[in-house]
Amino acid sequence: MAEIPHLLVHDHADNVGVVVVEGLTANTDMLCCVTHDNSTFRLTSGADVPIGHKIALKDLKAGDTAMKYGEDIGKIIADIPKGAHVHTHNCKTKRW
Amino acid sequence: MASKYSNITIHGYRRENGRVGVRNHVIILPVDDISNAACEAVANNVKGTMAIPHAYGRLQFGEDLDVHFRTIIGTGANPNVAAVVVIGIEPGWTKRIADGIRATGKPVAEFSIEQKGDFETIRAASWAAKDFVHHATEMQREECSINELWVSTKCGESDTTTGLGSCPTVGNMYDKLLPEGITGFFGETSEITGAEHICKERAINAEVGERWYKMWKAYQDDVIFAHQTDDLSDSQPTKGNIEGGLTTIEEKALGNLEKIGRTSRYIDILEPAEAPNSGKGLYFMDSSSAAAECVTLMAAGGAVIHTFPTGQGNVVGNPIVPVIKITANPRTVRTMSEHVDVDVSGILRREQTIDEAGDALIEMIRRTANGRNTAAEALGHREFSMTKLYRSA
Repeated sequence: MAEIPHLLVHDHADNVGVVVVEGLTANTDMLCCVTHDNSTFRLTSGADVPIGHKIALKDLKAGDTAMKYGEDIGKIIADIPKGAHVHTHNCKTKRW
Repeated sequence: MASKYSNITIHGYRRENGRVGVRNHVIILPVDDISNAACEAVANNVKGTMAIPHAYGRLQFGEDLDVHFRTIIGTGANPNVAAVVVIGIEPGWTKRIADGIRATGKPVAEFSIEQKGDFETIRAASWAAKDFVHHATEMQREECSINELWVSTKCGESDTTTGLGSCPTVGNMYDKLLPEGITGFFGETSEITGAEHICKERAINAEVGERWYKMWKAYQDDVIFAHQTDDLSDSQPTKGNIEGGLTTIEEKALGNLEKIGRTSRYIDILEPAEAPNSGKGLYFMDSSSAAAECVTLMAAGGAVIHTFPTGQGNVVGNPIVPVIKITANPRTVRTMSEHVDVDVSGILRREQTIDEAGDALIEMIRRTANGRNTAAEALGHREFSMTKLYRSA
């Protein structure tokens, strides 16, 4: 891959991806790669998001399930627009 | 079936019981906290020895005492240790620990402090320690197959990059070397929460999976729900995990479980610090998710090399087992490179495949087994932390 991806997604069933570059700023035209099969797509970042943090791949509603690794990683607790930062302020464990 | 990993050899120390070690330590091992000072004095007198001070060993009882004994005996019994001087306050438990280590056939000398005092104990123990240094330093490394290694794993200061890069690297190593006959350990009972349905399915058969699930459930009920005061979100994930982008325990657990790869299956479950007894293969050890505690328990179980994926940059080491640090986080590589043994940040840039990263880790295991000091060894990280199950009497 000549261009280094900004965002990695584990699985096609996922609705969040992980920022893998430092200093990502809002309105970046991100190269996104699904690691499962190396397929790519593009998405515009909606915020400055630190490396390692997650971005919504589509509009998410409170009550939705966050999906990563093709698995349930918790519940969405506030509406999140596509491209926005997903973290503890809008996503929470279902365990405790 | 022969693979390109079948012919990898390492040069290790063949111990009296046939196990292969990759280091040749002479350790001065306290039975209890109040014998630390004597052990440290002996280690100061006799160069080439190492004291392993710790915080416990008095007035423990029941299962908690069993874990203590297993941990101390297992540490002395580890094949990375050539010989052991054991010092305790009184002769009873001191002998119990010395005899436990002696079962391996390696040289052990024991000393107790009561009725003698520190000075006399240190004098006598120093003579034994000096003899052991002469003995150990004449031992030669010999060629052994890589499949004789017992390799453990536990990750720390995880973030989202561990699930993308460093944990799958360890998993790839296990998928390649377990079929060759190495013995593997993973654990971290609390951190499987959120992926327990997947972990249960990774057992060799349904019976082992059920036993695993029962052990995990007991931890949830007896520890988490018995002691929880409020939402655990502040502890699991940790503050460091959250800083690194991990949001929930489920997300953390799924990344953690990447360490056992795609095809590896665990064959049995171990108590904390228990040595494997069901043949070659992968074992789950019921263990804390705190880095130093977990590495200490796995070393006591007999692991001779530890593979440690980290995201945000955990710096842990162990006194007797080399801890190989692997990270995929380019910021950690940039800011903490003195702690990193295997840089797999190329995975995030899609410049390196998991297969290539797994091979790079296997090569680092080979070099480490042959004597290369890890970053943690070079930096003097010797964290030895006892697991304590409940309050002492």
